[in-house]
Amino acid sequence: MNIITIENIKKVYKIGTQEIFALRDVSLNIDENEYVAIMGPSGSGKSTLMNMLGCLDTPSYGRYEFKGVNVSKMTDNELARIRNKEIGFVFQTFNLLSRSDSLHNVELPLIYAGLSSGERKERARKALESVGLGDRIHHKPNELSGGQRQRVAIARALVTKPAIILADEPTGNLDSKTGEEIMALFNEIHSQGNTVIVVTHEEYIAKHAKRVIRIKDGLIESDAINEERIIPLAESKLNSI
Amino acid sequence: MLTFLYELKEGLIIALNSIRANKIRTFLTTLGIVIGVTSVVLMSTAIKGIDGAFQRGISSMGSDVLYVDRWAWFSNVEWWKMRKRSNITMAEYEKFKNAVKLPAAIAPTIWSNETIKVGEKSVENVFISGSTSDFQYTTNFNYSQGRFYNDIESRSSRYVAVLGFEVANNLFPRGDGLGKYIKVSGIEYKVIGILAEQGSFMLGNFNPDKRVYVPIGTVFKHFVNTNFRSITIEVKAHNTGMVQDTKIEAIGAMRKVRGLSYSDEDDFSINQQEGLTQSYDSTVGVIQIAGLFITGLSLFVGAIGIMNIMFVSVKERTKEIGIRKAIGAKRRTILMQFLLESSIICLIGGLLGLLIAVLMSMLINQWLPTSVQYDAFIIAVTISLLTGIIAGFAPAFQAAKLDPVEALRYE
Repeated sequence: MNIITIENIKKVYKIGTQEIFALRDVSLNIDENEYVAIMGPSGSGKSTLMNMLGCLDTPSYGRYEFKGVNVSKMTDNELARIRNKEIGFVFQTFNLLSRSDSLHNVELPLIYAGLSSGERKERARKALESVGLGDRIHHKPNELSGGQRQRVAIARALVTKPAIILADEPTGNLDSKTGEEIMALFNEIHSQGNTVIVVTHEEYIAKHAKRVIRIKDGLIESDAINEERIIPLAESKLNSI
Repeated sequence: MLTFLYELKEGLIIALNSIRANKIRTFLTTLGIVIGVTSVVLMSTAIKGIDGAFQRGISSMGSDVLYVDRWAWFSNVEWWKMRKRSNITMAEYEKFKNAVKLPAAIAPTIWSNETIKVGEKSVENVFISGSTSDFQYTTNFNYSQGRFYNDIESRSSRYVAVLGFEVANNLFPRGDGLGKYIKVSGIEYKVIGILAEQGSFMLGNFNPDKRVYVPIGTVFKHFVNTNFRSITIEVKAHNTGMVQDTKIEAIGAMRKVRGLSYSDEDDFSINQQEGLTQSYDSTVGVIQIAGLFITGLSLFVGAIGIMNIMFVSVKERTKEIGIRKAIGAKRRTILMQFLLESSIICLIGGLLGLLIAVLMSMLINQWLPTSVQYDAFIIAVTISLLTGIIAGFAPAFQAAKLDPVEALRYE
């Protein structure tokens, strides 16, 4: 079943009287349990596409169906609901709340989903344990290493059991060894049946995915199965959530 | 609904954390609200204190008493016209008394300012009030000791006196005045009664606490020439419902006593406590409006401070807003979060202001009977919360409608 169906979407930004096309004409489908890398140099439109896929933004033209529902004309609040329930974000800069501990950071999407405190804590704790941070639940972000922070962010993305995990340069702020561990974690997440989309400009990160979509100048340049997929050797710590 | 409660709780936690993280800033911001709420509470309690004192005083005068007088207390009759009026005399009082049937009691009164001495102790400018024994029925006095003078003492102009609470306290601090003698400008009177405190400091010379009551004959004999000063006839109606009828009858009777024809204007006035109340109400009304304006101004300044700091807070936390929106916070969630923060800041200010107001009113209480009532708490809380919501709305709305993509990009 298609989770994401995009038909001829365009995104236009107006700067003064000038119109700039960040996306010219993009169509693509993403199936359940795919592992997709979206690649492209800066300015290619991959960030715009990612914002669109993550329902942070809506297309100027074209149609975007998420699980068969048209989201291209949704209101802010409806989009917020989709982001909360269906999408797990992982950002390059982690984007954790600095004043809150790991548990509360992971708990946050569940607050907006309206779960009771007990259930939230229980699920957040499990999510943290599944990324190997069971002993760090009361640490604040500044007490954690970069890799650990990204794990908290991943736990936060996983805790709502979303339809897709959307990662934007997830290893961009990490050293290569830690980056490799994080990619191993994504591999593990994918192998458990999750749909993972990683946006990156680095070839070796994209190599982990099963399918690679290359964007250039607001158009899809290529969309192909990755023949030389890397299966990370690093020991994974992901247990079932 | 449950979601709303969880969001509310989360909002509270965020707000408290943010306040804790910016203690000095929060404190400085609340100062405006502290001052505003302090002045609102003080103003309202001061007005209430004055009002209460006035009402207590006025009630000792009785709302069912008419004062037939040469002078109008409050009226638009020109002063020169009243000046031409003749004094009301004791003879007129006797005629008047026989001409009316409705009043419950009628008493003539005359006043004089005299110095009172007891041994070495002397009090100047005491308001001596002369009347008949009927006077006790036109007033609502209660006595701490003794009694009012009776009919026989009144008719035969005996030298007996009833002291107001304050006068008695000044002359006999030990409360042993009953049965002793006082000298009113050299004339000796025996104290036969002492009034309980009537508590009407607002009334100035009307205040019974500051008066001495003696039989009217003795006043005429020693202190006041009958032709020199007009007497005032106090007329008490049976009940407040009959005040109007009693008044109409009194006007008719007085006109007859004065021998006025139909075309003549009244050459006397019928005064009522009502007139005093009206003039008081209009004065206090002006004070209230002025007070409201001044306190409103200080609150307004405080509110601007809150708005300012909330805009700063929104700007500082743009990234955080972006994160929250990305993981599913709705507009109303963000709106509520910032409204809660501004409300809590204002509430802290309001409670501090209330505390200061309570302390200050304790101090002021030394001179003016004010006391902070329970409703001051409600006033303080309501005003500060309202200020918080109003002042916080624009910044909160700005935060709520932030574009998540741009907010996330903000560093």
